[in-house]
Amino acid sequence: MAAAILLAGQLALTGSASRADTTPAEDRRAFVQFFSERFPGVALEDYVYGAMIANPGAREQYEQIMEFPPFIGDIEKGKQLWERPFKNGRSFADCFPNAGHNVVGHYPLFDQARRKVVTFEMALNDCLRSNGEPEMAYDAREPMGVLTAYARMLSDGMAMNIHVETPQARTAYEAGKALFFRRIGQLNAACAGCHLFNAGKTMRMEIISPALGHATHWPIFRGGEELMTFQGRFRRCMEQMRAVPYGFASEEWNNLEYFLAYLSNGLPVKSSVFRK
Amino acid sequence: MRVKLEGDIADVRVLIGHPMETGLRKDPKTGELVPMHFIKTVVASLNGNPVMKAQWSRAMSRNPYMQFRVKGAKEGDEVAVAWVDNHGESNSATSTVPAAR
Repeated sequence: MAAAILLAGQLALTGSASRADTTPAEDRRAFVQFFSERFPGVALEDYVYGAMIANPGAREQYEQIMEFPPFIGDIEKGKQLWERPFKNGRSFADCFPNAGHNVVGHYPLFDQARRKVVTFEMALNDCLRSNGEPEMAYDAREPMGVLTAYARMLSDGMAMNIHVETPQARTAYEAGKALFFRRIGQLNAACAGCHLFNAGKTMRMEIISPALGHATHWPIFRGGEELMTFQGRFRRCMEQMRAVPYGFASEEWNNLEYFLAYLSNGLPVKSSVFRK
Repeated sequence: MRVKLEGDIADVRVLIGHPMETGLRKDPKTGELVPMHFIKTVVASLNGNPVMKAQWSRAMSRNPYMQFRVKGAKEGDEVAVAWVDNHGESNSATSTVPAAR
């Protein structure tokens, strides 16, 4: 109950900054507490399955599809992109520790030197740029989409481990949190309105997924075919709220991703998944 | 292709990468009809002997997924799936039946 009051307080301050007197750790605990009351008996690591935690039949069908997903070809394309050497002989694996294994759980991270949030997709482009290669468009299915479909899988099973340590990082986190609670668009809806306060309920014949776990499972393949990155989903959601979407790798979306990823700390990464 | 052995039944799943164009779809950029290009026949074999022949049409969707079960299989047998499309192009894949689980 205390969790619900704390979180409701964030939404009540519409238009102005949300409360910044709670620490990220307190925010995360409040979210976990809220959802544990809303979805009793659901293990924390199961939140990566999103709306399926409220629909066991869907979860069963999902598991069957994931035995042999239709997007195997896209993952294979991503693997070739990941392994292909740059003109200078280096490759993506050289830009990350452990050759790119078990790194995604640290993203987005706050780059203190550049004073901004860096997502995994931006890190891939940083790698290309520092090796004299052309960068990839964030909203393109190929090459960025399919590359992440493979590259993120190298971190599958890793627990999300986002840090908010410096005052600048905290500012970015709070900006992401503010956007999550801010009403936007013609429908005047906030992310929190659906994905927090109405998670588990049905809207437009779909079960609303909880925000906890959102950041863990990208990219998704809607209908097994339509590849969507996390920020691609932000765009679709904002369009559905009839708001003008922010841009890919914009400060607003990077901060939102930073906030959402922190909430999912401790949950396992599970990439390239099927969704309806 | 994935093959599982349950007793003497091999459960075979295969995902075929093929555009499967019906010939009724228009290219969104040019407005022109995209020509028909679809798989017409599929033959599944066990150790070289055909066990299933299928006649497909343009009604099948892109990147068709097929699952079938073959009785009388054992570990080490070779399962093959071959297809021919309306352009005369063809492809096939083979897989060895693993040990039963």
